[in-house]
Amino acid sequence: MSRLNLSMCNIKFNNPIIPASGTFGFGLMDFFPFDKLGAVITKGTTKNPKLGNPAPRVAETPKGMLNSVGLQNDGIDHLIENIIPYYKTLNPNVIANIAGETIEDFIQIVEKLNHSEVSMIELNISCPNVTQGGMAFGTSKSSIKTLVSSVKKVSKKPIIVKLSPNVTNISEMAKIAEDSGADCISLINTILSMRIDIRTKKPILRTNYGGLSGEAVFPIALRMVNQVYNAVKIPIIGIGGISNWKMAVEMIMAGASMLQIGSATFNQPTTPIDIIDGLEKYLSENNIDNITDLTGSVVLWS
Amino acid sequence: MIQGKFLILKKDEIGTNVFKLLVHSPEIAKKSLSGQFVNISIDGFLLRRPISISDIDLENGTITIIFEIRGEGTEKLSHIKSDDYIDIIGPLGRGFKLIDNSIKAVVIGGGIGSPPLVSISKFYGKNSFAILGFQNKSKVILDDVFEEYCKETIICTDDGSMGLKGFVTNGLNQLLLREKIDIIYTCGPLVMMKGIADIAKKHNIQCQVSMEQKMACGIGNCLVCACEAKRNNKKTYVHVCKDGPVFDYKEVFFDE
Repeated sequence: MSRLNLSMCNIKFNNPIIPASGTFGFGLMDFFPFDKLGAVITKGTTKNPKLGNPAPRVAETPKGMLNSVGLQNDGIDHLIENIIPYYKTLNPNVIANIAGETIEDFIQIVEKLNHSEVSMIELNISCPNVTQGGMAFGTSKSSIKTLVSSVKKVSKKPIIVKLSPNVTNISEMAKIAEDSGADCISLINTILSMRIDIRTKKPILRTNYGGLSGEAVFPIALRMVNQVYNAVKIPIIGIGGISNWKMAVEMIMAGASMLQIGSATFNQPTTPIDIIDGLEKYLSENNIDNITDLTGSVVLWS
Repeated sequence: MIQGKFLILKKDEIGTNVFKLLVHSPEIAKKSLSGQFVNISIDGFLLRRPISISDIDLENGTITIIFEIRGEGTEKLSHIKSDDYIDIIGPLGRGFKLIDNSIKAVVIGGGIGSPPLVSISKFYGKNSFAILGFQNKSKVILDDVFEEYCKETIICTDDGSMGLKGFVTNGLNQLLLREKIDIIYTCGPLVMMKGIADIAKKHNIQCQVSMEQKMACGIGNCLVCACEAKRNNKKTYVHVCKDGPVFDYKEVFFDE
């Protein structure tokens, strides 16, 4: 048995590495086989097809980037018919990332996914780039409570709640999600940000603001994962700027059971695989039997 | 597509802040088509920079890429030297469709939009015409290269300091008065390509345009490089990295 094997929410994973929704797609198949990953994940999918925002949808930042894609996707029916069955042939674990403008949207999507082969459903309640739903759900305790409990009533799949960092107290948000029945927390989604073109006096993004990701957000993500780890008992998927195995180790020590890797793949598409190899080597060299022994092992100063 | 670190055989500054790199990669050269691009990693920058492939040399296993300093990333890239290695993913995207070199083609480039047209001129040879537009004489690049391949090369400058005074659309209108053209290939600023597309439509000439948009992944995953286009008679967003960069002029919208 590999040192990277783990079980989370009663699902077995070969390793803790998942791509981050929104950055992952078939384009990466030229770089590594998808069965190497702990799981594959879909793009944020809505009830109906969504066109997304006008361009420019990207701006570079120091050690990071902004995006304002706005959940462009072909809708849940297309996902269930065409994408999930294909992903399933490539990796035993497919996670569906879903988003809705209303609670009813989420419920309808989850009901459809109940009959699909996905292992888990990640609720995107933290997209900063849509006018309806999105981050609005994830930044209010009462909406998290209503949404998560409503979805849990109908879902036959474990529910991951993807939290927004654009809040003053992340632990409270995580606790509400847990109390409402969430099986797992993932964090962080992108941080609402901005860049300006000084020649035109216009924001670079056509939507003015967008979500910051990449190494720049890593320390914030790490702190938030640790705070959430200390506040809840359900497992955590750590996300935010992880781009090498050392950062992965840090994130796991902070409290993550699994990790999502996103923006780093834009520069080095093989990053998820490089991290898996690096973690394996780290565990072996340090005589750590299993990756789960590392979760939350940071020793905070008292 | 291929990712790797490839040797730079030669670097030249071919114009003010415009650099040409001759990169040794038989693997990439073999797979490359006119109008495709490579995505280049630059130390210290998360996002790779997409740069079009200007020329492909199968015999020597090289590709030529030409870029202009536009910002901090390309400024940093401009410090790369011969004998350095460059981290490239490529070839990417859909290139120009080359039809049959017995038909008459015109390539129309605006500024740094000119390099991807080089290999088209090479293909059509003396059945091709080049119209290249620049701000002024000091900005002119590749005129010698196009002159070598094409039957005729028309340079247009905004201030008239070299060639025709005015835009490439003037050059095209003048050429169409005396030559029957079967196909137009163009790459340059949107407003310029819009002007070309209008002329192509009026004269019912096939026209392929190479679009530009800020990118991240370059491989069709992240969906940031959106471009408005008509698909199945509906307005939608296609993606420059995967669906393009080359499109039929009838497919895309040229509004800023």
